[in-house]
Amino acid sequence: MISREEALDVYQQMRTIRSFEEKLDALVKVGRLPGFLHLYVGQEAVAVGVCAHLNERDIVNSTHRGHGHCIAKGVDLKGMMAELFGRRTGICNGKGGSMHIADVNLGMLGANGIVGAGVPLTVGAALTAETKGTGGVAVAFFGDGATNQGQFHEGLNLAGAWKLPAVFVLENNGYGEATPIEFATAVGDLSVRASAYGIRSLVADGMDFFDVFEKAGQAIEHARNGEGPTLLECRTYRFLGHFVGDPMGYRSEAEQDDWKSRDPLETFLAKALELGLVREDALKRIDEQVAAEIEAAVEAAEAAPYPEPSDVLTDVYVEG
Amino acid sequence: MARRLSFKDAINEALFIAMRADADVIVMGEDVAGGGGRKDQGIEDAWGGPFGTTKGLIGEFGPKRVRDTPISEMGFVGAAVGAAATGLRPVAELMFIDFLGVALDPLLNQAAKMRYMFGGKARVPLTLRTNVGAGNRAASQHSQALYGFTVAIPGLKTVIPSTPADAKGLLLSAIRDDSPVIFCESKSLMNSEGEVPEGDYEIPIGEAAVLREGSDVTLVGMGSTVHTALAAAETLAADGVHADVIDLRSLYPMDETTILESLAKTGRVVVVDEATPHCGMAADIASLCADKGFDSLDAPVKKVTAPHTPVPFSPVLEDAFMPSADDVVVAVHEQLGWNA
Ligand SMILES: Cc1ncc(C[n+]2csc(CCOP(=O)(O)OP(=O)(O)O)c2C)c(N)n1
Ligand SMILES: [Mg+2]
Repeated sequence: MISREEALDVYQQMRTIRSFEEKLDALVKVGRLPGFLHLYVGQEAVAVGVCAHLNERDIVNSTHRGHGHCIAKGVDLKGMMAELFGRRTGICNGKGGSMHIADVNLGMLGANGIVGAGVPLTVGAALTAETKGTGGVAVAFFGDGATNQGQFHEGLNLAGAWKLPAVFVLENNGYGEATPIEFATAVGDLSVRASAYGIRSLVADGMDFFDVFEKAGQAIEHARNGEGPTLLECRTYRFLGHFVGDPMGYRSEAEQDDWKSRDPLETFLAKALELGLVREDALKRIDEQVAAEIEAAVEAAEAAPYPEPSDVLTDVYVEG
Repeated sequence: MARRLSFKDAINEALFIAMRADADVIVMGEDVAGGGGRKDQGIEDAWGGPFGTTKGLIGEFGPKRVRDTPISEMGFVGAAVGAAATGLRPVAELMFIDFLGVALDPLLNQAAKMRYMFGGKARVPLTLRTNVGAGNRAASQHSQALYGFTVAIPGLKTVIPSTPADAKGLLLSAIRDDSPVIFCESKSLMNSEGEVPEGDYEIPIGEAAVLREGSDVTLVGMGSTVHTALAAAETLAADGVHADVIDLRSLYPMDETTILESLAKTGRVVVVDEATPHCGMAADIASLCADKGFDSLDAPVKKVTAPHTPVPFSPVLEDAFMPSADDVVVAVHEQLGWNA
C-alpha cells in the first residue's frame, strides 16, 4: 500500500498525463502543434502504477504512445512540450518529436515508432544491468498489437533464456490501430504467451492504479532479486483515437462508454478517498498546479527558438 | 474519358480493377479494412487502409481476399511471398517503407531470389505497396525514402509514380508482373489530384516520362521530387534556361535511354531525389551519365538529395532536410557558371 504522500504524487502524475494529453489534442486540432501524435488518455494507471516502483538506475522503453511513460519516469514537462513544438529547447533538441521523445539520462530510452522494437532493447538494457551489477531493472511498455511482432517473441525468449532483470508490460487496450486484437491472433488470453518462453506472467486491471501497482511491484521485485523476467498484462483502453485525427468508426459508443465509466483517475480517487489517503482540497490544489504547469510549458515552448536549419547535420555520429 | 481523381483514389480504382479481373489477386496488410466485416456492428471497413487506399474492397471482395493482418511484417510479407510462389497474386501493404527493417528477409532472401535459385522454375508475382518520403512531421522512423535499398536487390523491381494517372497504370502493371515489384507511394502526393483515364490500362514498368521539354538542362525526379523538378523548371524558364524534366517512374529497371537521349541534347543533368545521397538513385544516375554519356557532359552531374542524416522532426529541420526547387535552381546555376 502507498502512503498519503505517495498518493498525492500518484494523483499528480495521473492528472498531469491526462491534462498534458488533452492539451496536445486541443493544440493539434487548432493547428498550433505539428506532428503525428498518439495520446495516452485512459491508460494513465499503467504508466504510473509501474513507474512508481522505479528509480534512476532503471530503464524504460516505450512506444509510439509514449508521453505518459515519459511523465511517469520523471521527464521534464517543459522539455517535452518544447520537443513537441519542434524547438531547440526540446528534450531532444527538436530532432525526435512525439514518436522519439526520450531522456536517456533519466533511463527513458525513448518512445518508438517501430511497433515491438522496444522489447529487445529492454532485453539489452537488462543485460547491461545484470552484467554490470547495477541493481537496475529494465521495463518495456508495449501494446497488444506489438505481441504479434517477431521482436516481442524473440525478446521474451532471450530474456527468459538468460533470466534477465526485465519486466514486459503489455498494455492491452484491445486494438492495434483500427483492428481489434481478436482479428490479429487466435490467442484469447495474451498473458499466456509468457508460458511459451518459460517466464512468469501476471494480469492486472489496467484501469485500477492499485492493482497495477501491486502486480508491477511483484514483477519488479522478482526481477531485482535475480529471479528473471515477467510478462505483466494490464487490461486497459484508450479513450481517444489511435492518433489525433483518427476518424475512428471501429468501436461502438457503448463499448467506449463502458470503459470510460472505469476512468482510471476516478477509480483511483474513489479508492484513495475511501482509504483516507487523500483529501478533496489537496486534490483541487494539484489540479490547479498541474494546469498552470502545462500552460507555462506551452507558453515557454511557443516562445522558444527553433533549431537552426544547419542543425540537421549534427548528432548523426559521435564527434571528437 | 478521364476525370480528376486523387492519387489515393487512383490507387483504389486500380485495386478494384485488378481484383475484378483476376480472382487470384488478394490484398493484405495492417488495417487494409480495419477489423473489417463486422456487419453486425455496422462496421464494414473502418479505415480502408491507413491512407484510405483500400476503402470498399472488403465490401465487394470479402474478408478472404481482403485481409487485415496482425502487426507482423516479417510474417505477413513472408506469407505474401509464399502465396505468390504458389498461385496467388498478392498485393501486400507495408504501411511505411521504414518498416522494411522488420520485413526484409522475405523480400531480400526469398522473393528476390527464388526464381534464380530454382533454375527459372518459380514465379513470385508479388506487389508490395508502401508509403515513402518526408514532409509530414512524422520524424525519423516514418519518413524515409528507402527505395534505394530495394533497387539494390537483384530480383526485385521498384517503381514510384508521380501522378494519379501513372499511379493507377503502374499499379496495374505491377500487379500483373510475374516478378516481385515494390510499389512506392509518396506521402506528400497522396491527396494530390490529376486527370485519370477510366478503365483498365497499364503504364509499362521500365519507361520514364518526359514531362517538359527544354534544351539547356535535364532534371530527373522520381515520385514527389518530380514536382520539385517541375517547379524548378518553371523558375529557370523565367531566366531563359529551359529544362527537360524526366519523371523516372521506374527505378529498377531504369530507363537509361530516355536519360541519355536527354543528356545528349542538354549536356547537363541534375538528379533530384528525396532519399539520402549514398548508394541511391542520384548516385546511380550520375554514374550512368559518367559511364555512358561522358562525351555529352558540359558540366558535372549534380545530385540534389537529402543530406546523409536521419529525418528530423522539427518543421524547420525537416524543411531543410528535403530537397527544394531552390536547391535545384542553385545546382543548375552552378552548372552554368552563374554562381561564381
Ligand atoms: C513495425 C511497425 N508496424 C506498423 C506500425 C504502424 N502502427 C503504429 S501504432 C500501431 C498499432 C499498435 O498497436 P498496439 O501495439 O496495440 O499499441 P496501441 O496503439 O494500442 O497503444 C501500428 C500498426 C508501426 N509503427 N511499426
Ligand atoms: Mg493496442
